[in-house]
Amino acid sequence: MVKKLNNFEGTDDYIVSEDLRNSVNVAVALSKPLLIKGEPGTGKTVLAQSIAKSLGLQLLIWNIKSTTKAQDGLYVYDTVQRLYDSQFDNKNVADIKQYIKLGKLGEAFVANQPVVLLIDEIDKADLEFPNDLLWELDVMNFHIPETGETVSAVHRPIVIITSNAEKELPDPFLRRCIFHYIAFPEAEMMEQIVKVHYPDLESKLLKEAMASFYWLRNLNGLQKKPSTSELLDWVQALSAGGIKPERIYQELPFLGTLLKKNQDFDVVLRRAHNRGTGDNQSSARSFRNW
Amino acid sequence: MFINFFYLLKKEGVPVSITEWMTLMDALSKGMAASSLTSFYYLTRSILVKSETHFDKYDLAFQKYFEGIETPNQISEQIIKWLENALPPKDMEIDLEAKLKYQLENLDLDELKKMFEERLKEQKSEHHGGSKWVGTGGTSPFGHSGYHPGGIRVGGNSLRRSAVKVAGERKYQEFRGDETLGVRQFEVALKKLRQFTTRLEGPKDQLDLDKTISATCKNAGRLELVWTRPSKNAVKIILLMDSGGSMGPYYRLCNQLFTAVNKSAHFKALDVFYFHNCVYDHIYLDPSCRLKNSIKTEDLLRTHNSDYKLIFVGDASMAPSELIQVNGIIDWGMTNSEPGLTWLERLARHFSHNAWLNPIPESHWNTTEGYYTIQLIKSVFPMFELTVDGLEQAIKKLKVRTAI
Repeated sequence: MVKKLNNFEGTDDYIVSEDLRNSVNVAVALSKPLLIKGEPGTGKTVLAQSIAKSLGLQLLIWNIKSTTKAQDGLYVYDTVQRLYDSQFDNKNVADIKQYIKLGKLGEAFVANQPVVLLIDEIDKADLEFPNDLLWELDVMNFHIPETGETVSAVHRPIVIITSNAEKELPDPFLRRCIFHYIAFPEAEMMEQIVKVHYPDLESKLLKEAMASFYWLRNLNGLQKKPSTSELLDWVQALSAGGIKPERIYQELPFLGTLLKKNQDFDVVLRRAHNRGTGDNQSSARSFRNW
Repeated sequence: MFINFFYLLKKEGVPVSITEWMTLMDALSKGMAASSLTSFYYLTRSILVKSETHFDKYDLAFQKYFEGIETPNQISEQIIKWLENALPPKDMEIDLEAKLKYQLENLDLDELKKMFEERLKEQKSEHHGGSKWVGTGGTSPFGHSGYHPGGIRVGGNSLRRSAVKVAGERKYQEFRGDETLGVRQFEVALKKLRQFTTRLEGPKDQLDLDKTISATCKNAGRLELVWTRPSKNAVKIILLMDSGGSMGPYYRLCNQLFTAVNKSAHFKALDVFYFHNCVYDHIYLDPSCRLKNSIKTEDLLRTHNSDYKLIFVGDASMAPSELIQVNGIIDWGMTNSEPGLTWLERLARHFSHNAWLNPIPESHWNTTEGYYTIQLIKSVFPMFELTVDGLEQAIKKLKVRTAI
């Protein structure tokens, strides 16, 4: 059955590089969690959606926050509700089972068909968090002491884990994962990505926007480099705003969609000024206007 | 299978474990490398290498193990020069391409290398657009910007990449952990200074509401109180930064560290002071190092007790006299009755958790101009280079007392 799933090819709205596709298929075939790292905005989270769509499976998303504990993904025992119920005597409080609520990992285990489980931004949680999940991800079952039950996976879920590298992940955890680093797409692939999202885009506009985008990214001293998702927003803004392609490189309109920090604006403004595109006066003026 | 590759990876410093190796064997036995070196490269990397900072080391090991990818190193300057006057990249007509492919399909790497070395011996001048000599834009197997299905690239950029060359390109060089990186990476490193100190000290004097509720509930509604330690960070930091002229080239790097330290709001206290080359009687409150804006170093010692952790940032390079002589201070019109080294030792004794971050790469410490003073200061403070790796080591060091 696993064999049948082993054919992730990317989807219409998600361009996947060859090595990433390989990594996904390796992870699926070996039934190991796939750990995805990469710059923000390179499509780590969207990858899981694409896998689910491509393989026709349901997607469960477990969003990790700084307060998330490993236990939350397995089950929560709602003691307060039970106490409350016991005072009103309208439910059988001896039946603990009804106060056990499965978390996302638990849901993925009991699902009747294989699912894709996305554990999003695992590095947001406490440092020990990944270690607490080792057993569950390895053996794919866990025990609920309150009811004496053991929840085992009916089908091994395809587990995708994303990380922004805010914290180092522990070695024992890494050993059990397949690792893939999404590199920032090269211009050629980026063009494909943009075209997938906006198929009707004028090719000249795209060309000019891409040139400016990569010029921006290659500037030294930017604190936050613009990423894929920001390029997509920018292209949309440019086309919606009816900007003429030849004005893009010179004036860099709607720069706010690409840059998110004041200091970065200053850097770009200064460099663009020194770029010597000829008509410095007018471009400087237009900078002042936004 | 490939067992030597496993050990080579370990030798190059990629942390691989037996578990991962077994996983790889499992994958190979399932035929997942599809008998191609390129898929093997990616398959092995995704299973064995768990951080992009190790990709470069992996590439190096891969290159060594599947050797023959690199061009021989006897390529002379002369040949590189010939190649600089390049023709534009060559576009091949399809039939010619097929013909060439057919002709050269049976050429294996050893043969190719041998041919290449012969050519190197014979070739006396520049050649472009041809099919035999080392040059550009042709169909000879040697040179760049040309077309040859299984050739050796000499210089230039990769226009058409051949399978095994991916490793040779060392694309992930910039991700190496020992490279100097930006503010964010410093911040991440500094976060580690927190994990060791929270919740370790102080009395349990705060009511833990969640645990109290669950304990009470488990106790069938009878109140049971649970106490916990306040989860405050107890780390206190003094940052002493050199703002002397020799620090100029490292301004940007130091600035990144400074920003990161300032952004790390998790320290209980953070005090920043400045000095010029070395610390003497006075320590300055701003980078301009003017006496009217300074405090006495004695006062610093008095007002900051020894649970502060001391981080020096400086190149530790100066004239030896500035460090070991009375009145050696570099600033015009100032005197010091005790040599700078005495002051440094005094600071190190008082703040027993200390470290010195040096923006000069460690490999240069023995050869740079200031090697003498670097060695002297190194004997007082544990010194680390100012990179993410160095900072992490320094943070580890800061957790334990330094004996002097």
